[in-house]
Amino acid sequence: MKAAVVIFPGSNRERDVCAALYRATGHEPVQVWHRDSTLPPADLIVLPGGFAYGDYLRCGAMAAHSPLMREVRAQADRGTPVLGICNGFQILTEAGMLPGALLPNRSLRFTCRDIHLRVENNQTIFTCGYDAGQTIGVPVAHHDGNYTADPDTLDRLEGEELIAFRYCGADGALSDEENFNGSAHAIAGILNNSRTVLGLMPHPENATDPLLGGTDGQALFTGLVGALK
Amino acid sequence: MNGGSNVNPVLAAGHGLIEEEFERAVAILGRTPNLTELGIFSVMWSEHCSYKSSKIWLRTLPTSGPRVICGPGENAGVVDIGDGDAVVFKIESHNHPSFIEPYQGAATGVGGILRDVFTMGARPIAILDSLRFGSPNHPRTRHLLAGVVAGIGGYGNCVGVPTVGGECEFDSSYDGNILVNAMCVGLARTDRIFYSTAAGPGNPVVYVGAKTGRDGIHGATMASAEFGADASERRPTVQVGDPFTEKLLIEACLELMQGDAIVAIQDMGAAGLTSSSVEMAGKGGLGIELDLDQVPLRETGMTAYEIMLSESQERMLMVLRPGSETEARRIFEKWELDFAVIGHVTDTGHLVLRINGAVAADIPVGPLVTEAPVYERPWRHADPEPEIDPAAIPDRDPLHSLERLVTSAALASKRWIWEQYDHLVMGNTVNRPGGDAAVIRVGEYKALALATDCTPRYCRADPMRGGAQAVAESWRNLTAVGAEPLALTDNMNFGNPERPEIMGQFVGAVEGIRDACLALDYPVVSGNVSLYNQTRGNAIQPTPVIGGVGLIADLRRATDLALKQDGDALILIGQTQGHLGCSLYLREIEGREAGRPPLVDLVGERRNGDFVRGQIRAGHAVACHDLADGGLLVAIAEMAMAGGRGVVLDPLPADLPRHAWLFGEDQGRYLIETADPAVMLVAAQAQGVPARLIGVVGGVALTLPDAGAISVNALKAANEAWLPGYMAQA
Repeated sequence: MKAAVVIFPGSNRERDVCAALYRATGHEPVQVWHRDSTLPPADLIVLPGGFAYGDYLRCGAMAAHSPLMREVRAQADRGTPVLGICNGFQILTEAGMLPGALLPNRSLRFTCRDIHLRVENNQTIFTCGYDAGQTIGVPVAHHDGNYTADPDTLDRLEGEELIAFRYCGADGALSDEENFNGSAHAIAGILNNSRTVLGLMPHPENATDPLLGGTDGQALFTGLVGALK
Repeated sequence: MNGGSNVNPVLAAGHGLIEEEFERAVAILGRTPNLTELGIFSVMWSEHCSYKSSKIWLRTLPTSGPRVICGPGENAGVVDIGDGDAVVFKIESHNHPSFIEPYQGAATGVGGILRDVFTMGARPIAILDSLRFGSPNHPRTRHLLAGVVAGIGGYGNCVGVPTVGGECEFDSSYDGNILVNAMCVGLARTDRIFYSTAAGPGNPVVYVGAKTGRDGIHGATMASAEFGADASERRPTVQVGDPFTEKLLIEACLELMQGDAIVAIQDMGAAGLTSSSVEMAGKGGLGIELDLDQVPLRETGMTAYEIMLSESQERMLMVLRPGSETEARRIFEKWELDFAVIGHVTDTGHLVLRINGAVAADIPVGPLVTEAPVYERPWRHADPEPEIDPAAIPDRDPLHSLERLVTSAALASKRWIWEQYDHLVMGNTVNRPGGDAAVIRVGEYKALALATDCTPRYCRADPMRGGAQAVAESWRNLTAVGAEPLALTDNMNFGNPERPEIMGQFVGAVEGIRDACLALDYPVVSGNVSLYNQTRGNAIQPTPVIGGVGLIADLRRATDLALKQDGDALILIGQTQGHLGCSLYLREIEGREAGRPPLVDLVGERRNGDFVRGQIRAGHAVACHDLADGGLLVAIAEMAMAGGRGVVLDPLPADLPRHAWLFGEDQGRYLIETADPAVMLVAAQAQGVPARLIGVVGGVALTLPDAGAISVNALKAANEAWLPGYMAQA
């Protein structure tokens, strides 16, 4: 699997996701600078975490209009899988490639900690490394991760099983407390209609090394390798 | 050149120069300075930039060692960690600005210390923050704490450098002067370290980064005076940070540093373009000529005075090799940053500034630097308080006391703070905040241990003991995760040095730091002094913060404080005499701040620490924690809470009062969890290390003989609840 990681000015988790991809694939992904007009051929496009363009205006708003994003959208339309993590998820919603928006956390504070996710749909290239309903532990690190969408969109996400991950407790149970950022339907990650674009707020790439607090994120990357080989 | 006619001793005094200093400036120039020159003298000779009160004492600190590549005097210290790698680090205060405008003050403190590190060619890999606030009951404390934490997070999270540790304490002496000390740690190659010494007359002087505005003018002067009633009127002297620009500046500088274009580089921190150009020229024994019309400006109509004194953030000054400008410009333009050749190096030894074609200032750099005032200010040591006799303190229910201690502002969990910091970005955080030291991976199995420490209540009661204790606790915290302590950076926060009793605190603390550094082979490689932390005559507690860096050769043989296995033994290393003077127990339970702080036996400290490190590296220690605030029982509770396991303590020794044994703050002690206590006790005895089996891991409670038990989960919930509860109160 060849992955291309898009670097915007202000991206800052590209190292983390590149390390996770390296562990899963055995080779370094290509890093693509935002001003490049073309994407190299890739099996997977990754929009990493960070603060693209300083997140000025709104998180992801300026990056969504970056020239390279037109190319990302064109590739996605042709079926190339796109993974947006954290700021990458925010960019995908701002670009209209995923529905809804990410508001400030209900605490109004940046939050970095381990949380639990329930795998809601394992019938996708991104989640096929997990069991349906499996609970995994991964960290979050964001200020604006409170997912919102209009009721029709939420109904559609639920009905068409486009919710990939939800925030939950260690036992997999949903609760208001575990939904720490206040997301609608405790949504942590969603898919587009064709299930080839995934946006999620948590950082599976920061849970891929046993020395660094767990490996529950690894199956997302190894699952992709298996699905896309 | 004109403009000198309005400059006189009164105007100079308004710039913070006393009469003799003004006369010295006149003598150096051979004429009265003009306003721009007066501004340059005033910032260069401010306490903040010149270290005029502290210099003679700082010179007495040990600064070298076999691993030290660069000690104090550069932007940051550099220490060899093997394999061609070097760790580059420094701590710096942003106290005065953070009190006036907490978010921006703290944010720009982080920005400034990051620049000090990447200026030297290092990629920043960790930030730590040592914070001191006023009493929790003071009406401004919540606002200041919320703002400072948001500012640190806002900046560090955006630049993508993990904030992995630090401290946060409260005391009414900080009501009018909070402390925000930020430490940055970076990683470089030993053969790619960049310095600030200008060289090569004719070489271009280049300005990169953000544009210059009118913000922060006189920031260095503000940081060199006491606050009066008008602190809030100084808000215009606080700079505004832009972490996005800083992130671009880091990437652009590190990209340029891959080649050999840079002769010298210096960030524009306090006193901006003035100090950066003067320091580069001064170190090279050369002159610099600047055309201020070429400086990228944010606003129109800025005068030479304003351009030279602006403390706008995210700017760098570089001397480049001739002919490399085009390549350098390409890199900075790629990162959408300003790049301007604003002058050149000269052999005249003068700083010459031109604006609109006319000379705006002409100062000989040598005398400006070497003839800067240095003071041996009068000082006196206060008489030490008498020692406290533990037998004179009443006996109380120890588990109730424990509960009060772990829910005190001093010991309550600081999770509310560090969860607002991205402590995981870069994907190398092994030990996260909340333990003895953060551990950051720098190779496959190589790692650095990082911690900041100071016990100000000890320093107030006995500055020398307190200074030594801060160094020893830092060394101990690094040791407790299995690291070899390498070197430290110090942030000396004190009141007004013109008061002999404050200067005496400074002198005593330096003496204590020196003794401990020498005994532990733990040199000072960088640091910062912040004086005049005083409002309307009330000084802060003396707070010499020590930022320590240690090396872990194999992090599979490192540890943390969490208890891990039921049935394991807990062994106490070190001598317990039940020292309660200046203890947290005395303050929180008895309501007294009295007595002398514990003496650090530096020989025993080293012996005990070397033993503990050896046990960790041999794989015999399952968990380890140093004993500090609150003594033995607090340390046990912290290990229990971190691991979610109970401990059953053995009967207490009969030769000490119960509270002295459980809460005394004797130094040089550790707790180790081990599966094989007999072997460890024999090894300790062979090395002359005091060691004693004190209990067994297991269950869900802390159980004391004849004093009942307390649920670890309940204790943890209470420990975690204090700070969020406090911050939620309107």
